[in-house]
Amino acid sequence: MLAPFPRENKSSQRNECRKFVQVYKGNEGWESMINILPQVLVDGLTLGFMYAVVALGYTMVYGILEIINFAHGDIFMVGAFIGTEVLLISDALGALEGMNPFVALFITLIIAMVLTGALGVGIERIAYRPLRGAPRLVPLISAIGVSFLLQDLVRFTEALARNEFYLNSPALFTGSIPLGSIATIPTKGLIVIVIAIVMMIALTLFVNKTKWGIAMRAVAQDQSTASLMTINVNKVIMLTFLIGSSLGGATGVLFAQNYGTIDPYIGFILGLKAFTAAVLGGIGNLRGAMIGGVLLGLLESLSGAFMGPLTNGAFGAEYKDVFAFSILILVLLFKPEGLFGEAVKEKV
Amino acid sequence: MANFAWKSFKGIPLVFTLIWIVAFSAALYLMDKSVIAFLGILSSIVLVYYTNTSKSIKMTIGAIVLLLIIPLVAGENRYYMEVASQVGIYVAMALGLNIVVGFAGLLDLGYVAFFAAGAYAYAIFSTSQANEFIAGNLFPLSGEWFWPFLIVGLIVAAVFGILLGLPVLRVKGDYLAIVTLGFGEIIRIVFNNLDKPINITNGPQGITPIPSPELFGIKMGTPFYFYFIVLFVIAFIVLANIRFEHSRLGRAWIAVREDELAAQSMGISLLNTKLAAFALGASFAGVVGVIFAAKQTFIDPTSFTLMESIGILVMVILGGSGSIPGVVLGAAFVTILQVQLLKEFSNFLHGLQNSGIISLPNQLDPSKFQRLIFGIMLILVALYRPNGLIPAKRKKNDLDAIKKSEFGKEKLGILGRLSQLTSGKQS
Repeated sequence: MLAPFPRENKSSQRNECRKFVQVYKGNEGWESMINILPQVLVDGLTLGFMYAVVALGYTMVYGILEIINFAHGDIFMVGAFIGTEVLLISDALGALEGMNPFVALFITLIIAMVLTGALGVGIERIAYRPLRGAPRLVPLISAIGVSFLLQDLVRFTEALARNEFYLNSPALFTGSIPLGSIATIPTKGLIVIVIAIVMMIALTLFVNKTKWGIAMRAVAQDQSTASLMTINVNKVIMLTFLIGSSLGGATGVLFAQNYGTIDPYIGFILGLKAFTAAVLGGIGNLRGAMIGGVLLGLLESLSGAFMGPLTNGAFGAEYKDVFAFSILILVLLFKPEGLFGEAVKEKV
Repeated sequence: MANFAWKSFKGIPLVFTLIWIVAFSAALYLMDKSVIAFLGILSSIVLVYYTNTSKSIKMTIGAIVLLLIIPLVAGENRYYMEVASQVGIYVAMALGLNIVVGFAGLLDLGYVAFFAAGAYAYAIFSTSQANEFIAGNLFPLSGEWFWPFLIVGLIVAAVFGILLGLPVLRVKGDYLAIVTLGFGEIIRIVFNNLDKPINITNGPQGITPIPSPELFGIKMGTPFYFYFIVLFVIAFIVLANIRFEHSRLGRAWIAVREDELAAQSMGISLLNTKLAAFALGASFAGVVGVIFAAKQTFIDPTSFTLMESIGILVMVILGGSGSIPGVVLGAAFVTILQVQLLKEFSNFLHGLQNSGIISLPNQLDPSKFQRLIFGIMLILVALYRPNGLIPAKRKKNDLDAIKKSEFGKEKLGILGRLSQLTSGKQS
């Protein structure tokens, strides 16, 4: 039998390969790699802080309920859509003109945080609370269900309202700050990093200093003892979902600002990577989640930029997700308590 | 009250089932394109399962429906046979996953990777693709090779299963779900990009034309033949499922699922049991993958996404994980819902729209509702029927019957010795 498609000319392929090798083996290859390094680092940090904030949501819920809130990535996505919609609508109404971009971003963030926080509490109420005490796989299944439900709901509402579900977010910040002569930091990236750090500090203070934060830590330690100490466990769990989800939603707004285009499916993979970050840092551990997120973002950015040149083009940036998931698998295999977690003895 | 009615339910009378089958097959035969008649025949399998007769009669009726009535009545309609063989493929996959999730309790979210391994094994070697990395112009292989490749697909997928299982099974529970999910994504990305530096999978362009199976020179390219091939494989997998469930290994799986620590302390090797479940489930997926590749004649990485893994998981959990009839029902229901009901419904809506009765925006096309429906089903099942539509039954020993049997009369152990002593004193 003859193949209907002629095979490609092999010699031409080989020639192209050779050209590739020459470009990257030459000195100018290394030089260009060093030149783009600062840029890559800044991109990686921006991404990493986003992972870190989303990872906080995973870690908080896991710390208290010991379930993986699969829908958290999609709450992040909903936040991105709410923020973009707020900006698009106020842009259409003419409210954005003349407004200080910081004020606009602040208002958008608040709206998105309130709505996604409410969404998170609603999800806990409907899909997780009835399943407390069920075998551990059951809430996981309902969480996957919620995640799929959110993706399609957003897709349909957007398709109905705007006729398409890929949205372009209006950019509030377009400038960039030069960093010496080698790199420029886009303002939006810097704002992402600053806001993420502010949110993380606020959360740490909240958990460590306030009454409710102490209650959260108590519930994470032992639910039944905490309830004996007159802590309302249900309220604390609700609060956890509220805070985790609103942080996730706020990150969604930042994501939309930083990358411009969003679609209903961004949440799942980003959520998975944020979960990887949480695992990397030691799940249930706030500081670990932050550091894990930043590390993962940097690793991903570096591998995306340099894997192609370093392997002579055999493995390009398309393998960066493989990289992230391999880290997840390796950490779970060899150090399941993460970099900063404590090894937990199994309770019998 | 409802509970009472359910308990007194002894099964559907045989006459009713027979009338149902005859009526719907006649309807399908006479009205050719009636979807309802076709669904009626398919659902008659469920009726047969609940019919109030002996097991052998049920098996006979079921076999007659599957082997004779469906091919005879719907055989000329390519579309129905296509749907039926599609249903069969998913039933077979779900039964494979049932071993992993249902019996051994390992939540595998990357199951479709093994399916992909089988499909690619056949696709690469049965087309000229293999010439890219194997010297000599040996390929493509002819359709006769389909049959040995069923075994090759099985072995390749089993090897994949063991390779994945060995490291991964150190983690458990929801971590295992995440790791297998990551693994599935890795496999998909790798298949998507393995067209350089050496072209193995032809990347996103996919591989075509994959030859249809041939037997004694007959080309079996139509859904009619695939229906029988799939049916044969399902019979094999069901048999394997039943045999494994009641074997020593199957009991070990169930023990591990219920309580790992307890199972381990009773001397069950966790690694071996879990690995066996993983490899077996994977190998069935590999076989089905070969059939899938031959049926589609074209494969590319978009057929092996996370969505597919979740879809198969929905089938298993909806039907009742660990319960063979449940999984078959779940797989059939979800597949028909996807390939037929939603499509019919959107055609129906389009018809209404064209005649101007309702106006519906194009975006609300029900055939795009897949994720939404999966999501709602998963949540509802988790909340209200965590054991599925047909929950797995454990064989129960009738204690009263044992006590009354002749073995029960003899007292054993200390009691026996005591009673012997007392009876000795009395005499």
